[in-house]
Amino acid sequence: MVMTLIRPEAPTKRTGDPPTLTPVGTPVIRIREIAKRYQMAETTVHALRGADLDVQPGELIAIMGPSGSGKSTLMNMIGCLDQPTSGSYQLDGIETSTLSEDELARVRNRKIGFVFQSFNLLPRVPAVEQVELPLIYAGVKHRRARATAALEAVGLGDRLFHKPSEMSGGQQQRVAIARALVTDPAIILADEPTGNLDTRSSEEIMELFQTLNTDRGITILFVTHEPDIAAHTQRIVHIRDGRIQTDERVAEPVRATDILARLPTEEAA
Amino acid sequence: MNVLEGTRVALRALLANKLRGILTMLGVIIGVAAVIALMSLGKGAQTQITEQVQSLGTNLLFVNPGQNRPQGNVNTGAGNAQTLTLEDAEALAAELGPLVTAVAAERGVPGTQLIANGQNWQTRITGITADYAVVRNYAVASGEFITENQVDSRATVIVLGSAVAQNLFGENDPINQTVRVSAFGRTGTNARVIGVLAPKGGTGAQNSDDQAFMPLTTVLTRLNPARSAQAGNLVSTITLQVASEEQIDTTIQAIGELLRTRHRSAQDDFVISSQRDYLSAVSQVTGVFTAFLGSVAGISLVVGGIGIMNIMLVSVTERTREIGIRKAVGARRKDILSQFLIEALVVSVAGGAIGVAIGIVISRVAGQINLNGQVIPSIVAPESVALAFTVSAMVGLFFGIYPAMRASRLNPIQALRYE
Repeated sequence: MVMTLIRPEAPTKRTGDPPTLTPVGTPVIRIREIAKRYQMAETTVHALRGADLDVQPGELIAIMGPSGSGKSTLMNMIGCLDQPTSGSYQLDGIETSTLSEDELARVRNRKIGFVFQSFNLLPRVPAVEQVELPLIYAGVKHRRARATAALEAVGLGDRLFHKPSEMSGGQQQRVAIARALVTDPAIILADEPTGNLDTRSSEEIMELFQTLNTDRGITILFVTHEPDIAAHTQRIVHIRDGRIQTDERVAEPVRATDILARLPTEEAA
Repeated sequence: MNVLEGTRVALRALLANKLRGILTMLGVIIGVAAVIALMSLGKGAQTQITEQVQSLGTNLLFVNPGQNRPQGNVNTGAGNAQTLTLEDAEALAAELGPLVTAVAAERGVPGTQLIANGQNWQTRITGITADYAVVRNYAVASGEFITENQVDSRATVIVLGSAVAQNLFGENDPINQTVRVSAFGRTGTNARVIGVLAPKGGTGAQNSDDQAFMPLTTVLTRLNPARSAQAGNLVSTITLQVASEEQIDTTIQAIGELLRTRHRSAQDDFVISSQRDYLSAVSQVTGVFTAFLGSVAGISLVVGGIGIMNIMLVSVTERTREIGIRKAVGARRKDILSQFLIEALVVSVAGGAIGVAIGIVISRVAGQINLNGQVIPSIVAPESVALAFTVSAMVGLFFGIYPAMRASRLNPIQALRYE
């Protein structure tokens, strides 16, 4: 697997910048005035009320906000699972707000890797076949080699044929990350990826995200409720009432490797 | 997602819930097995009946009295007009020459009383000419059949069917015994038994072993109820054996011309039918019968299809989250559609294959069953196997399409949230 190690800029160098940033280079995500309204019986629910967001390639971003803030809706838009009522969303240069259902499926397949809170693996299917799944829909041949490489990249090279029921939560989430990685997507979207994991497993997942982000330059967005987890990123976006409330740089992102070193090692033994 | 991949996924889903898979298939299995077993029996019966008809002889033409009245208001049917005579039969034999190899005239007298050896038996006596044994493929088990001389001399001789001989004489040899023959309540005539027919089989009124034959002339003079001069030589059927199949049409024409001339009538007062017509009528009837049996069994196949649809709907609901995952990683509508269609097809085709095997076994076993000495043979026709198999696949396709459409239309966000 050839990984392009492009890092257009080192985000850490700009840690002192103000929260509202002028986009530099071509953003991988460019959202303008995006709005989503749902008609529920007599009332109209405004899930998003005109949000703007730019994400540069190679960023690691946390999105935070209370429930009902519209962050799930925003993640569904970014993940091309849903389309905005108005506004524009460009992913990797593709305007997605006008795409058909099948075209959206294709964008999800090629450009986006999903990681979910509840892992969302197929029951009774061995790890390597879980990872092959997106490649099947992409019509890729020689899937086994690429799936194996992706599982090795997340440290599960020795668990290729384990089924979800035979793996721990942390291992299942790493299978899901391998599945997200295998198509070389433009972004990885994670919805509370550590929400179902204990502290050590959570830190291991964050360590994996940081490694993939630093070593391979993969753009990663994730939603979290935990400030400790958000602190691992370079940028934290807060959403409230369907709008971006704050967009801050993190001066000194926490390194998961350091935290893991300080954790008691009874499990590691 | 190609077919191979879809089949793998379908098999995995089926193996994950084996009992459910088998129960779902059971509907199709029973349907297909029933179709094949019943159609095999129908086909067997058809073949048996056809063979019985053919055992009457080949290339036969039957001339019956009757009227062809295309413009008439009432069709009184064959056999009611009293026009065919023994002389017609003799003329046909003389004039048609090489076209026909045998000409037999007959006249039946039903409900005749036979008394011999202290035993009493009621049966049908048919007065015949010598060629009758040839055209109807009758053979004697002992003694001999009626000869031309005996017909000419109005000999009081009788040939018994095997059932009649058994009933009158039991284990004794009936040859040269005397039988008293009486019809229409008259005193009757003594006749000498000259032969006993070989058994042919058949049941009830169709039992060709329960009858007896006498020379036609003897029947006409001694058993005829209406001994008027005009009615004297009337026959009910003239049977002709045509020399070769290609000459059947020519022969029909020649018979028509001759009889029209002899009867000096503008309208045909006779009906000519060929064994070919009879055969095709019989095979049409038995074909309808077989199709009827097959379609009754086909209903259970449809019920099986509804079972598939039911289980597929349950399966789609159960696997909502899986569908959400597949959609999230890039499955299009048609990918999901084909996955669930293939699954329905795998169930129905696997059920169809098992059903074919069971159906063949059932029809083999049913073909051995002996009912009152009658065995209905069963013939597993390749086309009925192909039909049952194709229909089961179509059933899977038809009843799988709705659940598959439901699956393909699921909203990925809601599907992923489904618990």
